[in-house]
Amino acid sequence: MGDHSSPEQLKKDIRVYLAIFVALLVGTVLTVWLYYIHIPNVKVTIAIALLVASVKSFLVAGYFMHLLSEKKVIYATLAATAFFFVALMGLTLWAMNDFPKLTSVFGNQ
Amino acid sequence: MAATHSTTHTAHEAHAHHEPGFWRKYIFSTDHKVIGIQYGITALLFLFFGFLLMAAMRWQIAYPGQPIPVAGKIIGWLLGAEAATMIPGGIMSPDLYNAFGAMHGTIMVFLAIVPLAFAAFGNYVVPLQIGAPDMAFPRINMVSYQCFFMGGVVMLASFFIPGGAARSGWTSYSPLASMADLTNRVDGQTFWLIGMVLLITSSLLGAVNFIATIIQLRAKGMSWMRLPFFVWAQFVTGFLLLLAFPPLEAAGVMQLMDNVLDTSFFLPSGLVISGQPVDVSGGGSPLLWQHLFWFLGHPEVYVLILPAMGIVAEIIACNTRKPLWGYKALVHSVLAIGFLSFIVWAHHMYLTGMGTKISTFFQTTTMIISIPSVIILTALFLSLWGGSIRFNTPMLFALAFLPMFGIGGLTGLPLGFNASDILLHDTYYVIAHFHYVVAPGTIFALFAGIYFWFPKATGRFMSEGLGRIHFVLSFVFMNLIFGPMFLQGLAGMLRRMSDGGAAYSLAQNPGIEGALSDAIINLNKGVSMAAWGLGLSQIPFIINFFWSIKHGKKVPSDNPWQATTLEWQTPTPPPHGNFAVEPEVHRGPYDYSVPGAKSDYSPQNQPH
Amino acid sequence: MEIPYTVTPRKDTGLYNAKVGIWLFLASEVMLFGALFSSYVLLRVGASFWPEGLLNIPIGTFNTWVLITSSVTVVMCWANLKLGNFNKARVYLGLTILCALGFVGIKTVEYNDKFTHYTIRFTNDVTAAAFLKEAYGNDDEATRSGVFANTYGVPDSKVVAKNKELPPPRFLEITGHLEGNPHFVTLKKLKAKNAETITFIPDALNQGKKEKGAAPDAAHDHKKVTVKMSELVYLSAYTPQRNTYFAIYFTLTGLHAAHVIGGALVMTYLFFTGRRWWQKAPEQYTNRIEVAGLFWHFVDLVWIFLFPVLYLL
Repeated sequence: MGDHSSPEQLKKDIRVYLAIFVALLVGTVLTVWLYYIHIPNVKVTIAIALLVASVKSFLVAGYFMHLLSEKKVIYATLAATAFFFVALMGLTLWAMNDFPKLTSVFGNQ
Repeated sequence: MAATHSTTHTAHEAHAHHEPGFWRKYIFSTDHKVIGIQYGITALLFLFFGFLLMAAMRWQIAYPGQPIPVAGKIIGWLLGAEAATMIPGGIMSPDLYNAFGAMHGTIMVFLAIVPLAFAAFGNYVVPLQIGAPDMAFPRINMVSYQCFFMGGVVMLASFFIPGGAARSGWTSYSPLASMADLTNRVDGQTFWLIGMVLLITSSLLGAVNFIATIIQLRAKGMSWMRLPFFVWAQFVTGFLLLLAFPPLEAAGVMQLMDNVLDTSFFLPSGLVISGQPVDVSGGGSPLLWQHLFWFLGHPEVYVLILPAMGIVAEIIACNTRKPLWGYKALVHSVLAIGFLSFIVWAHHMYLTGMGTKISTFFQTTTMIISIPSVIILTALFLSLWGGSIRFNTPMLFALAFLPMFGIGGLTGLPLGFNASDILLHDTYYVIAHFHYVVAPGTIFALFAGIYFWFPKATGRFMSEGLGRIHFVLSFVFMNLIFGPMFLQGLAGMLRRMSDGGAAYSLAQNPGIEGALSDAIINLNKGVSMAAWGLGLSQIPFIINFFWSIKHGKKVPSDNPWQATTLEWQTPTPPPHGNFAVEPEVHRGPYDYSVPGAKSDYSPQNQPH
Repeated sequence: MEIPYTVTPRKDTGLYNAKVGIWLFLASEVMLFGALFSSYVLLRVGASFWPEGLLNIPIGTFNTWVLITSSVTVVMCWANLKLGNFNKARVYLGLTILCALGFVGIKTVEYNDKFTHYTIRFTNDVTAAAFLKEAYGNDDEATRSGVFANTYGVPDSKVVAKNKELPPPRFLEITGHLEGNPHFVTLKKLKAKNAETITFIPDALNQGKKEKGAAPDAAHDHKKVTVKMSELVYLSAYTPQRNTYFAIYFTLTGLHAAHVIGGALVMTYLFFTGRRWWQKAPEQYTNRIEVAGLFWHFVDLVWIFLFPVLYLL
């Protein structure tokens, strides 16, 4: 993406923004359509929905927020943040699901 | 950076130099030094108030059921209508004990130590040490202080509303936090949550400011590896506050909704109180609160200690007249601590029924994080070797920090292991552990910092005589308070018992194995007297602090300690804008006793 | 000494101060919303019953488009400022603010719909069955399954599969509206007014069905039924107190809406002070728009995840 200052570059950037606008609208339609076709496997539905959302957010963050041409300092901060967010969600989920399941004192009863 | 700025204003003159009035200069200032002092004074006042709460509690612990002399009447008078239930006849009720306990923790952590260590010292010293004219966002800095102040007002106000202050521990576990006061919808816990939201906002704004300032406003030549260690410590602390506080803010909002709007984020189904089912939807998770709280709670304790380590490092380097040992190791260790501190939190939750796999994960990360902590402490110890040590008051406190923090850290190890924690969790052992780290640990470092930087801010030294008395008495009493608590904890004495453990004593349970012996119970009296002694020991400090502002020995130069870092290369006190011209840094932060140099210290901005 | 790098970037980082500041702030916001998302996941995974089909998807989709559009308009505003076209930029900024207001307006409509939508439960199977007969003409399994679908999606969802059968009539949560569409009515409030009956307008059956071809049953829509207070054991609007589903829904969307409003306020300020600012310090103004835009894109990003998670999953 390089330098955003020159008018030619900016005009090119504007074309990219508009293309991404269309992509985002299409992505939204896609996600809603997923809902209506009602895939029986819940995990697959969640995976596809989150995948589409991730692609959309990559486009917004990468191009609208200029993250793809942003500096190391910003990347480093966001990378750390992403890691800690995943740690919060993942470890908490793990903790809530890893507990000793009660078994009867008398074996198989 | 001599005081020649009077004739070289240039860019400064461009915007009219009308002197700001009293309000703009001292109350609504955007100057980082004024804001630093505002934070400092306010935090010290809260430190004192938090201490008073504990002093009252210690009477109840040592002499349960007996009216508190003098203070009992005062507290009763202050509480007005509530006194009849809270402190009948001057005797502290269990509810009041719990309220004092919860607020002692909250005030000490969020209103005293963090504002003093991070905001006060950080605001005053960091811009000076990096050669900047101010913080990156001075107006946000001012707002940050104001949020802190308002949060403090809300917390204090909570003592005087119907029902009194929050009394579910500083940890505010649900469902107790939502059920402790069923008579008042807006109760002390509600005020606590609102206060926390204000304090978290203040910290977030401060963190953004600190990190942006350190990244963007370092002077020419001030590369990352030439930064004083104090700045590194504040940098990492900023990130801890930035990324760890928001989940607690989210949890606080949810608990506020539980309390005020009857939602059930943290309230499980089937709650019954006094035989009556509670009229809420249920379906929530009390464990969720604990996870979100401790996700902040653990990085928070590193917020409490890292600035202190930074202060001690500065003072040791200056007063040994040699560079710190292992600067690179210190930097890498502080970064490692910052990173790891986010993934150890559930070691506060070993007894919540977590399975072995997840417990092992947290136990492992907890053990790993002790390594960089030990590296830092070892580096500081090794920095003393071969040094030409000056035993002034700041150095005495800094030296005492080392073994005290050592004890605190080492006693944390049995708590970090799941198996031993089963016995020690929620006992006085835990109280002893964390107080050793924060009280003779961090607070000593903060005292050291006050004695050390007081001459830069005021142009006068604090009295050495009073300082030494303050040091010796505080050191002795700190150990007399918290040392015995290890024994009490190992004997099984639990936390937060308003009768000092009497209900579990051998005296009231004769013949029961595991009951607390008379010896253990009697330790309460000694501990309480040591606590009051510690309070009295602060009188020389308070007198010293205020007396020295006007009557302390004047400093012989702008750099009375002959230190190398940039804050000592400014006028005393530094003017608005700090440096007339951007300083240029030519060397590392601790060029003491450089072979072949003219003097035993070479300031960072001194050319080669 | 003045504070440097307020407009011109610092050489080694390549950034000006405000940009560093806003990204740091956004990092903290990621943790804030991340914690709420984590709470959503935990509450849902730990719940025995989790409602489905209660949120209006067409409205939600439209709102998503509104926000996406506003993201484009704000970046177009910044690009035009960089090109020197202040007037065009101003138009785009105005459009962004309008989109923001539109989003909040639509949200208000959605919230209002929730606050006037009620669930009731009856004291025993007899009274419940009697109501079903009067409201829907029948109290058989198909009717009960249709009522169940109004809150929990299709009856053969994993919830019922786990229990192998529908709950008995007295546990059925019957959804509908009250005459006059009042807000936030509760049993306590009705008792305080000494009300003896309420007029309940039950929803058509099978509203939550997602399968194609399973159209909602409109035959019994809008039928008013008088219900005795003594027969009701539960009455609640779709409020945060109703269950954790709504609690987390209102918290997540409410906090998001607060951010939308905050961003709109900032942009309104930049809109009205724009001309003077652009004339005095155009580069600084452009940077402020960029920083505000970054915040705005983040708000859009949160919604990009909120919409599928809350509405579609």
